[in-house]
Amino acid sequence: MGEDGGGAFEIVTREDYSDVTYMLEVRHPQMAKAAQAGQFVIVMEHEHGERIPLTIADFDPERGTVTLVVQAVGKTTKEMQQRCREGTTLYAVVGPMGIPSHIGGAKKVLCVGGGLGVAPVYPQARAYARSGAKVIGVLGFRNKDVMFWEDRFRAVCDELIVCTDDGSAGIKGLVTKGMEQALAAHPDIDECVAIGPPVMMKACAEVTRPRGIRTIVSLNPVMVDGTGMCGGCRVKIADGIKFACVDGPDFDAHQVDFDDLMARLARFKPAEAEAMKKWEESCRMKGGDASAAERY
Amino acid sequence: MAKKKTIRTIPQARTPMPEQDPAARARNFKEVACGYTLENAHNEAERCLQCPDEPCVRGCPVGIDIPAFIQKIAEKNYHGAYDVITDTNLLPAVCGRVCPQENQCEGVCTVGDTLEPVAIGRLERFVGDMAIREGWVNRPYVEPSGFRVGIVGSGPAGMACAADMAKAGCEVVVYEAFHEPGGVLKYGIPDFRLPNEVIDVEIDKLRELGVRFECNTLVGRLFTIEQMITDMGYHAVFIGTGAGYPSFMGIPGESLNGVLSANELLTRCNLMRARDFPNFDTPLMPGRRVAVIGAGNTAMDALRVSLRLGAEKVMCVYRRSKTEAPARAEEIHHAGEEGVEFHWLTSPVEVLGDAGKRVRGLRCQKMELGEPDASGRRRPVPVPGSEFELECDSVVYAIGTNANPILGQTAKLKLNKRGYIETDENLATSIAGVYAGGDIVTGAATVIEAMGAGRKAARSMKAWLGLKDTDVVFAEAAPYEKRRFGFAPDEHGYARLRVA
Ligand SMILES: Cc1cc2nc3c(=O)[nH]c(=O)nc-3n(C[C@H](O)[C@H](O)[C@H](O)COP(=O)(O)OP(=O)(O)OC[C@H]3O[C@@H](n4cnc5c(N)ncnc54)[C@H](O)[C@@H]3O)c2cc1C
Ligand SMILES: Cc1cc2nc3c(=O)[nH]c(=O)nc-3n(C[C@H](O)[C@H](O)[C@H](O)COP(=O)(O)OP(=O)(O)OC[C@H]3O[C@@H](n4cnc5c(N)ncnc54)[C@H](O)[C@@H]3O)c2cc1C
Ligand code: FES
Repeated sequence: MGEDGGGAFEIVTREDYSDVTYMLEVRHPQMAKAAQAGQFVIVMEHEHGERIPLTIADFDPERGTVTLVVQAVGKTTKEMQQRCREGTTLYAVVGPMGIPSHIGGAKKVLCVGGGLGVAPVYPQARAYARSGAKVIGVLGFRNKDVMFWEDRFRAVCDELIVCTDDGSAGIKGLVTKGMEQALAAHPDIDECVAIGPPVMMKACAEVTRPRGIRTIVSLNPVMVDGTGMCGGCRVKIADGIKFACVDGPDFDAHQVDFDDLMARLARFKPAEAEAMKKWEESCRMKGGDASAAERY
Repeated sequence: MAKKKTIRTIPQARTPMPEQDPAARARNFKEVACGYTLENAHNEAERCLQCPDEPCVRGCPVGIDIPAFIQKIAEKNYHGAYDVITDTNLLPAVCGRVCPQENQCEGVCTVGDTLEPVAIGRLERFVGDMAIREGWVNRPYVEPSGFRVGIVGSGPAGMACAADMAKAGCEVVVYEAFHEPGGVLKYGIPDFRLPNEVIDVEIDKLRELGVRFECNTLVGRLFTIEQMITDMGYHAVFIGTGAGYPSFMGIPGESLNGVLSANELLTRCNLMRARDFPNFDTPLMPGRRVAVIGAGNTAMDALRVSLRLGAEKVMCVYRRSKTEAPARAEEIHHAGEEGVEFHWLTSPVEVLGDAGKRVRGLRCQKMELGEPDASGRRRPVPVPGSEFELECDSVVYAIGTNANPILGQTAKLKLNKRGYIETDENLATSIAGVYAGGDIVTGAATVIEAMGAGRKAARSMKAWLGLKDTDVVFAEAAPYEKRRFGFAPDEHGYARLRVA
């Protein structure tokens, strides 16, 4: 478990799905056994790093690994994109965190994933399938080239609808279009899970609200400890405050105040920009430009 | 032997603590109180009357033999003083710094009836610091008992329990969710009050006793308390997971950017080293004008950290008056010296935001003290028509915490109405073999109380396991090679026997 956190979490596989999305399979036998759909980990790449939350996108008790799919959006995730290789280690990985998704009862479920939400919705789709529910998947990508895990989803979904921004694969449009299509064909859908950027989840909630379909979203506020100690991850649910790390991250989409979430995600914008700039400069100094710093 | 001391013959003035100048220290993270010199310590030790009554011992939550250790200092037997303290208190360098002595030992000191009380805390710290400098460890001779003990949480409660169980010959593993051990001592209390090096030394001492620390382990989720007993082979478990779950007030504007809990501010700054951003990756965005709500130790730390992060103005907003403020007197005094502005009898009613959803101010109302409430303190009541605005760009909440829910969610532990773990008077929980203590049982309290609870639970665990302390020292076989590895069997009477 890493005495004092000391870098014992080995990356056993790395795969790149696009210029911004990459997959890391991390060895952690104990966690692979304990993990359930809907849970996440907190990762520190190195000793000076930030603690960032990432969903457990897959877990395999036999291989003793957990899989993370990361979008490079800022300093930490880009640095990880550069440094994490097969055989390298992460300084800290803690989890599984959060309350596992409640899977049960539903007969036909719509699982919607967009952007960085595609991978996180996979364990839920699989869990629903295993519980005996019919699963209809809706996945949103920018275009055909950045698609991934279609095979994994096909294996657990009874039906899969792919949406791309430019129409290069599946239907052209946002995931909400795919949802409308699925709901028209299957009026008996009785539960929906939507994971992705807050704007997307907000739009999905509005698709199901008039139909009265129970809808679960997985919220992604900025976190620090992930143990309920700091309150940085607080979100507004109905009239109350909840901490996403210990009370979530799954919440009833129709109760979530998404505007509040989006405003709070912008909390560290200036500092994030500063970190990014400094890091890119240091990459340039090390060799060419940020992308050429691969050698490092 | 010297003449008997009387209140008239002892040095009359309490020896002042050498401190960094307020103006300078308000801008750095170096320790504020520099510690007694040898001369200071001797002078202060002379002030102890060695009264037969020993009220200070009863005032100490763990009952340190205070007159005895002060006597040893006076005799220049510093190692002896250390031995006396560590008989009961594992962390003299920590407690000497952060205990609320004015409500404990010093509050009842006989000298204090007439003059200022003996500076017991400062003397304790003096001894603790010397032990660190000189590398003293009282490593007892330990007879392995064959038992395995799991400890959840590496704060003072967990550390104290770990030490006692290790000394009883158990194999001890401490699980910690964070990437570093130490609990609040590490992530909460800032370096200028309690340097992280002091904690690291104490943790290392535990390692020398054979305690293992497993960080990055969220107990409850990675494995449950029940699994520790049923699958992982632990014969007893201690839970010391601390409080956590900071409270907010529920007034409008709390989700504006710039509103955060003191725990978040302190964790980012202390543990994640956001104060060295961007050399460390964790950002903080400190305020220029900061309002901190509350007046406990946590609030004082948030105020003083904000100053050191470069704030121009730092304000403490508290709905009662200074007399009721729960922080240690010394902390309020230090904060005042450093330039913190106090708004007593002031209660926030709304956090005000700008178009960009950032904090621009705090609307408050004045309060006055009414009838005493359940806690015996006079209840603050609003003064009608007294609302006013404080201009600020950051609002920090330090109004207390609720119970951390994780273990309650994942184990069949009996909790009380407020969500804290319920125990009997021996700190046993509702699960056989599982004990709990510290903030997760009492709600937010103090370092020394958490430590005391850890030790009390250790006593109960030893009884549960059938381990008995004895005075029999296994001194006969003191093999020379073992001594070379630092074992000195005759050093301490810590031998343990297992009874049937
Ligand atoms: C429970 C949870 C699960 C998550 N799962 C995944 C996952 O599976 N894959 C993945 O790629 N990302 C996931 N995220 C988001 C991920 O944590 C952030 O992308 C990451 O922290 C950004 O760090 P950075 O230093 O690279 O970027 P920064 O420079 O810190 O930020 C860059 C941009 O990312 C946004 N951002 C910053 N922090 C977060 C955050 N915590 N959540 C969302 N956006 C953020 C900011 O608004 C900013 O615009 C998850 C977040 C949470 C809370
Ligand atoms: C800012 C601040 C200033 C303070 N100042 C003072 C002071 O001056 N004097 C004083 O006497 N007291 C002070 N206190 C109070 C004192 O620090 C606490 O009472 C004391 O630390 C409680 O100790 P504990 O061992 O119960 O818990 P903690 O110190 O809180 O330690 C609990 C540990 O358990 C870990 N943990 C939690 N859940 C899990 C889990 N599920 N699995 C694994 N690990 C887990 C946490 O990460 C943490 O490290 C202060 C508190 C704060 C927050
Ligand atoms: S991340 Fe700190 S409380 Fe949730």
